[in-house]
Amino acid sequence: MKMVMTGNYASAYGSKVCRAEVVSAYPITPQTSVVEKIASLVASGEMDAQFVKVESEHSAMATLIAASLTGARTYTATSSHGLLLMHELLIWAAGARTPIVMSNVCRANGPPWSVWADHHDAMAQRDTGWMQVFCEGNQEVIDSIIMSYKLAEREDIRLPAMINEDAFILSHTVEPVDVPDMEEVDAFLPSYNPRFKLDTDEPYGFGSLVMPEMYMEFRFKINEAMEAARQGWRDVEKDFEKHFGRNHGGMIEFYQCEDADAVLLIAGSVASTAKDVVDKLRSEGKKVGLARMRVYRPFPVEEIRKLANMTNIIGICDRSYTFGHWGPMAQEVRGALYGQTDIPILKNYIMGLGGKDITPEILEKIFLKTLGLTEGLDTEIEWIGVKGHGGW
Amino acid sequence: MTKEELTGNYKTYQELPLTPITSVNSTANQTGFWKTFKPVLDESKCIKCTICWKFCPDVAIKMEEDEFPIFDLTHCKGCGICANECPKDAITMVMEVEQ
Repeated sequence: MKMVMTGNYASAYGSKVCRAEVVSAYPITPQTSVVEKIASLVASGEMDAQFVKVESEHSAMATLIAASLTGARTYTATSSHGLLLMHELLIWAAGARTPIVMSNVCRANGPPWSVWADHHDAMAQRDTGWMQVFCEGNQEVIDSIIMSYKLAEREDIRLPAMINEDAFILSHTVEPVDVPDMEEVDAFLPSYNPRFKLDTDEPYGFGSLVMPEMYMEFRFKINEAMEAARQGWRDVEKDFEKHFGRNHGGMIEFYQCEDADAVLLIAGSVASTAKDVVDKLRSEGKKVGLARMRVYRPFPVEEIRKLANMTNIIGICDRSYTFGHWGPMAQEVRGALYGQTDIPILKNYIMGLGGKDITPEILEKIFLKTLGLTEGLDTEIEWIGVKGHGGW
Repeated sequence: MTKEELTGNYKTYQELPLTPITSVNSTANQTGFWKTFKPVLDESKCIKCTICWKFCPDVAIKMEEDEFPIFDLTHCKGCGICANECPKDAITMVMEVEQ
């Protein structure tokens, strides 16, 4: 059914149509309306789930790990410092192989205190063993939740998934969203039934000590699962399209990239603005394209190599940073292309931190600057729009 | 994977369950070999007050009513809390030596 809703409500309805059985969350701006909506859906009886109120995000994730080990389908949502507080248990969730699905409303980390869009919270969780998706719009938010459960619960994957939506730009902005019927979702997503569960009738202990001779083997299994999830994302999206008649462009969505002289690589909602700018520049005869990083973990190595064969210059636009080095996406792209022949010129832009507006005008300037790098790089990395720096 | 396959005796990573799973409780974990000092009771001083039994963090002291405490040395890690708490100094921590 088509409804007009925010990204946060799309998250809440995603957990509902997937029949999440245990939801545990702690409120944090700008995630709060996700859990408010779920709480009201549970209270009114529209959603058959246990809503567990807790005193922190750390406890929310701990609750879900235990709930997931009982075989329940679980969901939570958080943002920024809430996600950071969960860090220890994010690693535990992946190690315990609990297929928890979580919405993260991407928000800057403090100080300076900020509640606005920024990918540093999510990208700082890169090494936790969670799959990560960055959404462009609210339809993608709910669809990615449905796809994530299917992939996360596959026995050869069995890893948690984080669905990232930009603070306010998606979380609090309404769009028409097609909310699938629960029966349609049932036909796509079978119920979750792991062989070993927390069960008083057949007791097991989970996550116990292993000696050094077997620790690395368990880590290797997680990595094998994450590697399998790479093809898994491609397959689950095709499967999703068969059931629901739409897709979101694969692990990396290519927009006008095939014959482009220069391409910007962007994650999240800004990709939408950038597509409009591509259309404008194309109408003026400038061959630019937009590649949208949709799945960040597992990292889409093959798609990046495909992109490298389409264009001569890639501007990698990180809405995050690692102090003392390039942006996180830029590092990954450079790593994926190392050793390949005819690598494009790779330029890194840091932009939009703490919700700094990324307007069509700024994106047009970045496109034109990137198009002009035919003779090579001026600097490897530039921060866009910092007052007193760089002339942006 | 079936319960019977949770042998705890694996040769390759493929044989392992997804995450460490035990089908026995922690009493099967014999942790007594970690200790350096073991508690030894002087029955002439012991008043059977149960304080050592209450304080043992590993539930490694067995005690029946009006009986002396019995140290379960297959689970005692030798922390010495019992000796420290004993109001009559009836427990001495003694260096374990190889048999």
